[in-house]
Amino acid sequence: MEVVAINQISPDQVIFFIWHFVTINATLVYTWAIMAILVIGSIAITRNLSPERAMTRWQNLMEVIVGTIRSEIRDIVREGEDSYFVFIGTLFLFILLSNLLSFVPGYVAPTSSLTTTAALSMLVFFAVPIYGITKQGIIEYLKEYFRPNFIFFPFHVMGELSRTLALAVRLFGNMMSHEKVIAILLAVTPLLFPVVMQVLGLLIGLIQAYIFVVLAMVYIASATQTHEDAEHKAKFHQTASETQQT
Amino acid sequence: MDSVSIVAMASIITAGICMGIGAIGPALGQGRSVQGALSSIAQQPDERNSLTRTLFVGLAMIESIAIYCFVISMILVFANPFWAYVIKKAGG
Repeated sequence: MEVVAINQISPDQVIFFIWHFVTINATLVYTWAIMAILVIGSIAITRNLSPERAMTRWQNLMEVIVGTIRSEIRDIVREGEDSYFVFIGTLFLFILLSNLLSFVPGYVAPTSSLTTTAALSMLVFFAVPIYGITKQGIIEYLKEYFRPNFIFFPFHVMGELSRTLALAVRLFGNMMSHEKVIAILLAVTPLLFPVVMQVLGLLIGLIQAYIFVVLAMVYIASATQTHEDAEHKAKFHQTASETQQT
Repeated sequence: MDSVSIVAMASIITAGICMGIGAIGPALGQGRSVQGALSSIAQQPDERNSLTRTLFVGLAMIESIAIYCFVISMILVFANPFWAYVIKKAGG
């Protein structure tokens, strides 16, 4: 069953229900489905957690997921991963689940619509100044835009905008292109080859979710840590020169 | 040839050219980066994890250039903004 026809570019154009100005399209429905799966699943798993070694297999799964995400964040920011964990982990789980469910028949990944990915990258766009201001204060954060001198201000602003656009279009393009390739292959070689492409699609979905999250984490880390690193480096140079003098 | 078929022909040919030329650069870049990563892994197998992670992130960033070309050619074929204008002109 093909939900999105070959001549439609995004699941926004598949409309399930329309009432006056309220339009329910496929993107909304599948986004709600993923949200429901995530929320109900996490509530059901965390209802009976046990600190013992004997735990349910669902708790084991959740510990693996949470531990992996935390260690990946720690690899990038080196310290204080707890404050980023909620945002980054939520993004990762949402994108991962919406990409991986694409082997279910009748399902269209909401990330193959530009509206969803634009919303996700807008979240990152706003999370960068929020984390930056809470970590180092508004003055220090705004000073980053004028580093190394004030000529670079427009380039910093352009960089912020273009990387947000790139983040959205990258995820959208990968997921959408994968669906289109499968649809075209179904018309050309119907039986076996689309299955192989579906398996490849699982890998692509996983890598794209990982890359979206890693890039978001790198952007946030660059807003929160540049000054600390510069200070650290200056202190290191100072001590190095002091030791040289002595 | 009327204006509708001119727009159709131009957008289809442009979509093909855009995808074809846009795939050259990322292909060369990905080949070079995989080559570099492989020789680094061969020299230092212990650093394989961080090398692979950096490689994948870099590959995705290079690949996104080709993906932009693909999105533009898809827009030209499926959601061409000039269609509405031309059809309105031709119909009206």
